[in-house]
Amino acid sequence: MSNNTLKELAALLASGTCSSAELTQDFLNKISRLNGDLGCFVTVDAERSLAQARAADAQRAAGLAGPLTGIPLAHKDIFCVRDWLTTCGSRMLANFVAPYDAHVVERCNAAGMVTLGKTNMDEFAMGSSNETSHFGPVRNPWQRNTVPGGSSGGSAAAVAARLAPAATGTDTGGSIRQPAALTGICGLKPTYGLVSRYGMIAFASSLDQAGPMARSAEDLALMLNVMAGHDARDSTSLERPAEDYLRDLARPVAGLRIGLPKEFFASGLSPEVQRVVESAVAEYEKLGAKVVDISLPNMALSVPVYYVLAPAEASSNLSRFDGVRYGHRAAGYSDLSDMYMRTRAEGFGAEVKRRILIGTYVLSHGYYDAYYIRAQKLRRLIAGDFTKAFQQCDVIMGPTSPTTAFQLGEKSADPVQMYLSDIYTIAVNLAGLPGMSIPCGFDSGGLPVGLQIIGNYFSEAHMLNVAHQYQLDTDWHRRAPEGMA
Amino acid sequence: MQWEVVIGLETHAQLSTVSKIFSGGSTAFGAAPNTQACGVDIALPGVLPVLNTGAVERAIRFGLAVEAKINPRSVFARKNYFYPDLPKGYQISQYELPIVEGGTMTIVVGETEKTIRLTRAHLEEDAGKSLHEDFHGRTGIDLNRAGTPLLEIVSEPDMRSAEEAVAYARALHTLVRWIDICDGNMQEGSFRCDANVSVRPAGATALGTRREIKNLNSFRFLQQAIEYEIRWQIAEIEEGRAIQQATVLFDPDTGETRVMRTKEDAHDYRYFPDPDLLPLEVTAERLAAVRAGLPPLPHMRRAQFSADYGLTAYDAGLLTSSRELADYFSVAAAGADGRTGKLCANWVTGALSARLNEDGLDVAQSRVGAVELRGLVDRIADGTISGKIAKDVFDAMWSGEGGADAIIAAKGLQQISDSGEIEKIVDQVIAANAQQVADFRAGKEKAFNSLVGQAMKATRGKANPKQVNEILRRKLAL
Repeated sequence: MSNNTLKELAALLASGTCSSAELTQDFLNKISRLNGDLGCFVTVDAERSLAQARAADAQRAAGLAGPLTGIPLAHKDIFCVRDWLTTCGSRMLANFVAPYDAHVVERCNAAGMVTLGKTNMDEFAMGSSNETSHFGPVRNPWQRNTVPGGSSGGSAAAVAARLAPAATGTDTGGSIRQPAALTGICGLKPTYGLVSRYGMIAFASSLDQAGPMARSAEDLALMLNVMAGHDARDSTSLERPAEDYLRDLARPVAGLRIGLPKEFFASGLSPEVQRVVESAVAEYEKLGAKVVDISLPNMALSVPVYYVLAPAEASSNLSRFDGVRYGHRAAGYSDLSDMYMRTRAEGFGAEVKRRILIGTYVLSHGYYDAYYIRAQKLRRLIAGDFTKAFQQCDVIMGPTSPTTAFQLGEKSADPVQMYLSDIYTIAVNLAGLPGMSIPCGFDSGGLPVGLQIIGNYFSEAHMLNVAHQYQLDTDWHRRAPEGMA
Repeated sequence: MQWEVVIGLETHAQLSTVSKIFSGGSTAFGAAPNTQACGVDIALPGVLPVLNTGAVERAIRFGLAVEAKINPRSVFARKNYFYPDLPKGYQISQYELPIVEGGTMTIVVGETEKTIRLTRAHLEEDAGKSLHEDFHGRTGIDLNRAGTPLLEIVSEPDMRSAEEAVAYARALHTLVRWIDICDGNMQEGSFRCDANVSVRPAGATALGTRREIKNLNSFRFLQQAIEYEIRWQIAEIEEGRAIQQATVLFDPDTGETRVMRTKEDAHDYRYFPDPDLLPLEVTAERLAAVRAGLPPLPHMRRAQFSADYGLTAYDAGLLTSSRELADYFSVAAAGADGRTGKLCANWVTGALSARLNEDGLDVAQSRVGAVELRGLVDRIADGTISGKIAKDVFDAMWSGEGGADAIIAAKGLQQISDSGEIEKIVDQVIAANAQQVADFRAGKEKAFNSLVGQAMKATRGKANPKQVNEILRRKLAL
């Protein structure tokens, strides 16, 4: 059953072919068989999951089932789930049991979905390989010696390995799309403000956005229907009428104008990834789409701008982890300042410390204008590039990541190489635009390649339509790692 | 050398909202520690701030009341520092773009009015409390106060003495209660001042180096602290030592200030706009709506009282020390001429205020209502009773014995103004006090007063003293 899409599972549940309890048990069995090897989940609580599944079955028996009632999913460990450990991949929160549900979790619970567990991630979502997690790396199910990408690496690998039919993720600079690409699944980062950030542990507040990870565009649409919506507890959550993201899936893409930014196909891009992405674009042309050459002239600035703004916000967001009220506190200390220093030195890993230091530096007196203010100005320029581009095209396409999955440990010694893994995704966060990644082929080593689709603000329904039409025509998204289907 | 004192105040007024500035947590004072701190207040992972519109409305009310500019767009910033009672590791405040900019306050010192310019007023959240006692060498943290809405009101350095600073703080205290944005309770910390104090040679234009006295929560401490600080700074300079910029604390027990931190260990707060909050937009419609709900302000009422009844600036100032008192006086003096209006003012600021004070009551709880007080004042004005008798009538009214007329009638306190009756009494007094009459006629003016006293005593104080005087003088002259 675990190879089915959400839509197929929903049909099985609706027809009574299986119960949510059976389905949930099936996934739990698979998790207990494979998780020790893959490291996708940080926390599994079978009792709790099965109780939720039985409640979903009762709901169905009472005739109250919705489209996703009884379907299990995994939550990235950045989302607070009431009474579950919520670690954010950090020693700092290794003992933190959340006393409340994130908005996204509330919505999934209200839809009758079953929490399978909490997935591994880069510590505080800072990383592109899942190697910064305090709980150890996640292995890419396609090749165990490669990374699944990050920061939502646990969610991505779980969905790819069929340990969960769908998962939640968060994307600050590519953390949904890059791991989706590296594990051959689909991931969507919605327009900033579409999904509430309430209960999602903050990394960089002006960039963080939650989104779904699943195996088809249609499943992403089903998930987004659950996740999106205004929430008064997040001041940056947008008040818009609810949408049905399934509504446009069937529309043909003939006449679609696809913008190909020349900056996405320049040096740094692996030739194999380039070849696979270009063949995906050719497939769209066969479906009647037109290709438009466009330019995003300030693209090259997005990585440096991001690595000023995101650490600046993070340095402040992570100040609350001080050992006073919850989380880790050093065992011995001589005074207050010593308690802070020991607690944070022990609780945070190297990458998190690096970013706190960068962020503190760029906000400091005398450097603020040169770094933070300047980066904010450039951020507006980068957003402006997209605005201009969307006058010429309906969607932008390109690679999600410059390479396929890299070896575990390959880039961990070189932060800048690691940061460049997100070179095509970061600008989308800076602009607040929606972006997604769908599988579009494999490199010669058998590792999946992701096609990135970037849309205009609030064009998620259209982007999902564009992806779905491709998936009707291809079967890349149905491929499973060996032995996982 | 002559020294000029320069003082500016930063005042924190706690806004009287039911819930906190960025959460639904209660702002009620005095609950058991940490029982009024919700997830947002204790900064759980993942929680987010949502701005309380009631706090914004109160800030706008203040801005309009001091005729300041209300910025159509203001920005919340994070002030970053570590302290155990600051749960997020930053305080949300307004930095570069506050909601209120400029404005003025008018203060009265003696009979002189002075205008104090305001720099700005901005919204921010309060921190929690560190409790250093009762924990056997450890520190307790109470986060009930964390997230309480504050309006920080910053003045220009326009004050030149401790008296002016206190007058400004009092005027501000009156105003924030007047417009219902702060309960003004200083014991509970709802209204507290930081004073920036410096001195410079008289006539100098450059400012001296200032020291900031933190957290003064009574007008008396404000006065004492500034006076001490001025004496200390002048002595230092006169002894050849330069003033170092510093933050100091006032110790009420010793009456002295002591250094808390110097400029060298000042924090770098790394302010930046809070990405969790959108810029605060105030539309013209919203401004108009708030303006429409604003009561007439103290300075307007003061000017009106002076114009209507010829009151001195001092008296008008006393009567507008709270909206309730001004309202009371307005009702008492309604339709009165200048003489009666002044009488009303004297009674309100005199006997009435004294009684309220003695019984620990607010004017709203007065046992003699404004209309009733006017009934008493009218009997003084029309000569029915003397001011002296009126005090007894007032006491009776306070004790609940009824209105002025009823008490005067019941106790037979009407002034005797019938000259025939007074003549009779005066005749009796002259007849019975031959010695004093002789003394007076021998030129001893004192004896006259004694005779008046005898006449007043014979009428139990009810005789019109003016008439007694006239008649006695006439008869003695015969």
